[in-house]
Amino acid sequence: MRPLIELQNVTFGYGTTPVLQEIDLHLHPGQFMALVGPSGAGKTTLLKLMLGLIRPSAGNLTRQSALRLAYVPQLETVDWNFPVTAEQVVLMGRTKQSGWRPWPSRAERQHARDILEQLDVGNLAQRHIRDLSGGQQQRIFLARALIAEPELLVLDEPTTGVDMRSAEDIFHWLAHLSTERSRQGLNQAGMTIVLTTHDLNMAAAHAPWMVCLNQRIIAQGTPEEVLTEPILSEAYQGEMMVIRQNGVVFVQQKPHPHTYKELIPEPVVGGVPGHEQ
Amino acid sequence: MAKKGVVIINWLLEPLQYGFVTRALLAAVIVGIVCPVVGTYIVLRGMAFLGDALAHTILPGVVAAYLLGWPLAVGALIMGVVTAVGIGALSARGRIKEDTAIGVIFAGLFALGVAMLSATGSYTVDLAHFLFGNLLGVTTADLWLTAVLSFIVLATVALFFKEFLVITFDPVLARTLRLPTTFLRYLLLILLAVTIVISLQVVGIALVMALLVTPAAAASMLTQRMAPLMGVAAAIGAFSGAVGVYLSFYLDIASGPAVVLVATAVFIIVYLLAPGRGVVWQHV
Repeated sequence: MRPLIELQNVTFGYGTTPVLQEIDLHLHPGQFMALVGPSGAGKTTLLKLMLGLIRPSAGNLTRQSALRLAYVPQLETVDWNFPVTAEQVVLMGRTKQSGWRPWPSRAERQHARDILEQLDVGNLAQRHIRDLSGGQQQRIFLARALIAEPELLVLDEPTTGVDMRSAEDIFHWLAHLSTERSRQGLNQAGMTIVLTTHDLNMAAAHAPWMVCLNQRIIAQGTPEEVLTEPILSEAYQGEMMVIRQNGVVFVQQKPHPHTYKELIPEPVVGGVPGHEQ
Repeated sequence: MAKKGVVIINWLLEPLQYGFVTRALLAAVIVGIVCPVVGTYIVLRGMAFLGDALAHTILPGVVAAYLLGWPLAVGALIMGVVTAVGIGALSARGRIKEDTAIGVIFAGLFALGVAMLSATGSYTVDLAHFLFGNLLGVTTADLWLTAVLSFIVLATVALFFKEFLVITFDPVLARTLRLPTTFLRYLLLILLAVTIVISLQVVGIALVMALLVTPAAAASMLTQRMAPLMGVAAAIGAFSGAVGVYLSFYLDIASGPAVVLVATAVFIIVYLLAPGRGVVWQHV
């Protein structure tokens, strides 16, 4: 299958400061991709390139023409004092399709309500967006993206500022969306999804493809392949601990010895817990 | 009681026997409605500086029209559009920040306008009218022009309500939806320019900002929905326009400042007493 988006040796910089260098990346239909890497690694910039909001300084980026895309912004970039309800935010996703009338039709409002219902926030439609919790806000913006029926869904840090339960739900939803249509036997790829996240473990548990980034692509593959100590320490410039158990990969920062000294008054013979011989 | 009612009605009707006061009242109410509707976008997008600049940069256009004997609105409109496009183009390159671009164009064109005006005979009187409005000098023709342009502005806002909502709230969404963002941005700037032109006679260049921003700012403390916010802002604007004209008549003060002072008083009252959100409620 032809990739939806293809980056060949793409470089991007603001002025003379390079943000991304020599990026080679293919995004295939139905792929569910998590971009991970430290702050300032260029994750959001890569999303902007994919969305066509900025152009590469060098290299080639090709996107399938008329690709329907939708994006979910980082919660912290949203103006929460803006005078809109949850339902109005969702309906923004259909601005292009709805006609000349300044207000939405009954059918459009019902459509918005149905999608909010599916995301378990149907009862919040008439609430002002500031009055919602982080998890609810994230679902409202996910609903806004889904109502546009995108082929490619792009999410910037969907789990930041969201409680653990909501983050789980969101990842489950995304995994469902990426497999739904193909499971229905429509001989079609599911929704293509790209997201950035700081939560390596959540991404490992749900996203089948992972790209580790720090200005350059350090590694890409399954979470199994990408989440290794050498790759992570190169990306994050620090030591990381990777635990593998029953096919689950788990990344943890190396525990600081002081923490354990304070917790355990008597020195433990044989070293720090977790490092016993 | 009845007597008191008659007194109030007489107080309200007396100024209206003068044609110029009636025209002033109508003009002030129309402008009081249109300015806050467009001003809502300025408040929400934090473009107050741009609005103020646009009001000043139309001066050379107004002066040129005045010297050539054209309708002032034509000159103002041309300059308004030129400025809106100029600022957009200058800052779109990214080499100069938008507020810097605005500052450069703002001061330069305003100086040009004042210089052009200073070459004419009745410099001080004319400058005062341009700066602070000349509400009592509104002619029937002015009133018609104001009404027609106001209708066009309000109709355009209604027609593009959803699109303007998206580019104001989330410009990135507008681009991913492939809305014509550049067109919409310029359209909003042109609407702003036209609104300023309409307001010129009522409050003048120096005070138009107050009618654009103050009622919308007050309304934003009273409601959290876009369309009602515009409605409440327009009501505050119309009220300020009407009360301002009466105050100007009875207290013999300049009409433009009177209108602005009423709007400011409404803002202060709302700021202090708005249900739940006013400063006073947060301290009891």
